[in-house]
Parts: sequence; structure tokens; C-alpha cells
Amino acid sequence: MGARVREPRGPGFWPLAMLFALFVLFLYGPVLTIFVLSFQGPDGGLTFPLNGGPSLHWYRQLAEGLGVVDIGAAFRRSLALGTVVMGLTMALSLLAALAFRKRLRGGGALFHVTVASLIMPSIVVSLGIGLQFRLIDTGIKDLLAAWAPPEWADGYGSALGLWTSALGAHLTWTLPFGLLIMFAVFNRFNPLYEEAARDLGATPWQAFRHVVLPLIAPSLVGVGMFGFTLSWDEIARTSQAIGDVNTLPLELQGLTTTVTTPAIYALGTLTTAVSFLVMALTMLVAAGLRRRQRAGRVIG
Amino acid sequence: MTPGFPRLPRARGALHPWLQALPFTAVFAMFFLVPLGLVVMVGFWDFNEYALIPAFTWRNYGKLLEGCSRLNEYGDPCVTVSTYLSTLRFALAAWAITLVLGFALAYFLAFHVRSAAMQTLLFVVCTVPFWTSNVIRMVSWIPLLGRNGLVNQTLIATHLIDRPLDWLLYSPFSVLLAYVHLYTMFMIVPVFNSMMRIDRALLEAARDAGASAWQSLWHVVVPLSRSGILIGSIFILTIVMGDFVTVGVMGGGQIASVGKMIQVQTSYMQFPLAAANAVVLLLTVLLIIRGLTRVVDIRKEL
Repeated sequence: MGARVREPRGPGFWPLAMLFALFVLFLYGPVLTIFVLSFQGPDGGLTFPLNGGPSLHWYRQLAEGLGVVDIGAAFRRSLALGTVVMGLTMALSLLAALAFRKRLRGGGALFHVTVASLIMPSIVVSLGIGLQFRLIDTGIKDLLAAWAPPEWADGYGSALGLWTSALGAHLTWTLPFGLLIMFAVFNRFNPLYEEAARDLGATPWQAFRHVVLPLIAPSLVGVGMFGFTLSWDEIARTSQAIGDVNTLPLELQGLTTTVTTPAIYALGTLTTAVSFLVMALTMLVAAGLRRRQRAGRVIG
Repeated sequence: MTPGFPRLPRARGALHPWLQALPFTAVFAMFFLVPLGLVVMVGFWDFNEYALIPAFTWRNYGKLLEGCSRLNEYGDPCVTVSTYLSTLRFALAAWAITLVLGFALAYFLAFHVRSAAMQTLLFVVCTVPFWTSNVIRMVSWIPLLGRNGLVNQTLIATHLIDRPLDWLLYSPFSVLLAYVHLYTMFMIVPVFNSMMRIDRALLEAARDAGASAWQSLWHVVVPLSRSGILIGSIFILTIVMGDFVTVGVMGGGQIASVGKMIQVQTSYMQFPLAAANAVVLLLTVLLIIRGLTRVVDIRKEL
């Protein structure tokens, strides 16, 4: 590479490089500002200057709770939901992508539905799921009223919830990304490895377990990371489809109008830290898997 | 349009492909297709304060378009039409800006940055903020654009203005700024992707044939990146057309949008009205996509 002849920079390089630098500043500047301002002193406000800081005052405020909103519970809910969405996104997109590698009759229709879900305005999906579960509620209540003791009908709450409608809403958003990434992975996957395994007498399961899975594992971890972060930030599809409880981003959205202290910056900094932690963890896992792959290749 | 990777012959003892695709398909049937069908159906239902009443009535559509056949006494269109127009204006403005900006940035990454490592690095630099919550990224404009924010402080300190500008935050300006801030990435990624697939020899050929930089940009790069431009455009337009979160947080409660209108209708339990509205939104978005795909045939591009 070192011997490559250096051509002069094309026209437009410097203006475009400048534009790029400004864009990066535009992307990072505001967020970095709130990281700094989250360490505002007790007398500090939402804007500069930093009064009596840096201090952890607003983080302590946050730990004590923001008014009526139980941030800790919302945090745990989002973390749990994100983790389950991550697992399901990995498993279901992998299975579906494996199916697409074979002759899947009607696969075109399934692919179109997946893409449609990706570009459908989220409010429409959310409204639809909300409606669906309300109609289910009505149906169940009518059934209980007709056939069950009266206290059952009174005791029935709603089918809407974190693990029913909200989980489904999140999957309609994460699965299209998962499937498209898996497509990209299998597009570059050399099927000869798998055929070799089968020629040597491996069952389809063995070929998958010992040949395909180790090869695609790092990308699969990436799909999981994508699924988690998409779910961790999701608002639009969750909004009408969750019922009484709220996820962290929904609470956050509500807090933007009620909380006028740097506590909201502290919360923003914390949620961002979680995103980055997940990203770092997945990168570590993916790097570990790749290392094992290479080691395996040398030994094998 | 299904992916074109090499198909495997089905081995003996392998699972039937539909068995593998079943959980995935079930999710979309249960949480996408059925809800969508219900939205269309309930749009024709009747309702009162307590319940939804199965029926077939055009009342919801009638109510949505009430008084829309003419302008009111002030010369303004009805609420629904003006909300759709306002949302459409935001969508077009956000699209125009993200298209030009996203194209320029993708072009820089694809054609001016020479080493693959540098390309990856800069690309990652662009994607990292994507992992921060959108609400937080919106809130982060407060210290800069607020009444006492950095921009106003600076402008006052330099005596360019003598009282803070009010239109910087909680205004159409800040909503548009947030769209550009949050969604330019959705344009950069597909455009960059299609630019990377352009055979570099074509650019050399254009140059050898005497094309200027502008000519090869306009006649070679732009036509060959049109599938990326199309995908990015569909993303931006559909996101902004259905948006209610950004308008809510950055608009300070002053700006109407179709998404917000639907949200308000559901919060008053007027589900049939919201459903009819969602159908109109959906048709609008489909019309836009149809218009775009007439310009670029996506099936020929993939």
C-alpha cells in the first residue's frame, strides 16, 4: 500500500471535508453539552454557566426520584424488555433467514410484509395494536360476564401490557432490521463450508451447529445489539400499545415537559451510558467469537 | 425482490423452511397485518363515549373532512387539511435538507476518503450518536437554543441582537433542526451503500471522455446512487409524515402534526376517528412512495 502513487485531492475535497467536520460537531456538540451540564451544581439551571459544579447533585436528585414518576421501575422495565427483544430478534431473524436460504414458497410476500412494517408510520402500527388489544379485552370481558362468576369479570384488567402488546410492537420494528442484516450476512456466506460438512456426513443440525453458527455468530451478536438499542429507544410504536405502565423513553418524553432541572440531563447521561455499555459488551463478545473462529481455523 | 443468495437444496432430515419462518411470520401476522386490518375496519365503526359500535358508516371520514370543502371565513382550510399540509411541508423541508446534506456527506465518504479503514472509522463516528435516545438528543438542544442558551448568550454578547431570539427553540425551526439532526443518518447509510457499489472505472471513463467533475457527478454518480436516494427518501418522508414525538418535544405544544392528531384522538378514546385518520395518513404515505418509485423503479435496482 505504501508505494501507491498519491493523486492530488479531487476538487471539492476541502469544502466537503469541512462540511463533514461541521456535521460531526452538529451530531456530537449538543449531546456533549448535556453530559457536561448534568454535573451542574445545586443552583445551576438548564443552561450554561456551570454553577458551583461539577457536582453529582442532580444524580442524587435522580436517585431520590423525580416527582411521581418511578424512574427506577421504568428503567428496569425497559432493560428487561430490551433484553427479551434482543433474544427474540436474534432467534427469529436467524430462523427466518435460514428459511429464506431454502426454497420458501411465498417468501416474496413475507419479505414485502417485513419491509412494509419497516416503512409504515409507527403511529399507525401502534394504534392498530392498541385497538386490537382493546377489542380482545372487550371480547374477554363479554365472555367472562356471560360464563364466569361475576368477580372474575370485575377482576379482569387488560390484555395490553409490557409482555404482550408492547413486546409485539417492538418486534415489528426490530425484526425487519434483523432480517435485512441476516440477508446481508448470508449474501456473503460461502455455502461450500456447509456442503462440505454435509458431504462428510453431518446432519443438517450438525452442519448448522458446528459450521454455520460459529461462522455467523459475530454478526448474530450484532443483530442482538441492534435489537436491544432499537427497543431501548422505542417510543412511537410503544405509545398506544402499552397500557398503564411506561417504558423509560416514554417516561423520558413525559419528563421533558415537567422537569425543568438538570436532573433530566443526568437521566439522559445515564441512559446513554447504558446504550454504550451494551455496545461495548456486544463488541467484546463479537471480538471473542471471532478470535475463537481464527483459533479454530489454525488448529483445524 | 427476494434476496439473491445461493439457494441450498433441501437436505434430508432438514426442517421445512416454513417451519423455520413460522415464528417470524406469526409475529407479523399478529402484530402487523391483523392490527392494520383492524385499523381499516374500525375506521368504519361507530362509537359513543363508552364503547366502539360495530357498524359500517362513513361518519368518521365525514367528521374528519368536516368543513373541508371550502375555506373558512378567515380564508384558512379546515383543521384536517391544514394539519396535513403543515406535516407535508415539514416532510418536504426535512427531505430536501437531508437529501442534499446526506448526499454530500455520503459522497465525501465514498469518493474522497481513500482508505477503507478511514472510511469505516468516519462511518462509525457518524453512527455512534444513533445509540443515544432520540428524546435526549432533542433535549440536548435546550442549553444551546433556549432563551438563555449559548446561541442567544453569544449573539447578545456580540451585540448582534439586544433581546433573546424566541424562534430558536419550541418553534418550527427547532422541529426541522431536530429532524435533520436525528434522521440525516437514514439518508447517508443507503446512499453511501449504493455509492460504494459504483464501479470506479466508470468515473475514470467519464473523466477520460472529458467530463468535468460536475458532469460526472450529475451524469454518473447521481443516476447510479438513485436506489440509495430512493430508500433514504422513503425513510425520511414516512418518518416525518407519521411523527408526533419530535413535534411534541421540539414544538413546545404549538405545532400540529398528523401523528399528534391521531394521538390526541386516541387519548379521547375516539378510536374510529383515529383509525379513519390513520387510513388517510397511510394513503398519503403510499401516494408519496408511489410517486417516488415511479421516478425510480426499485425492483430493477436491487
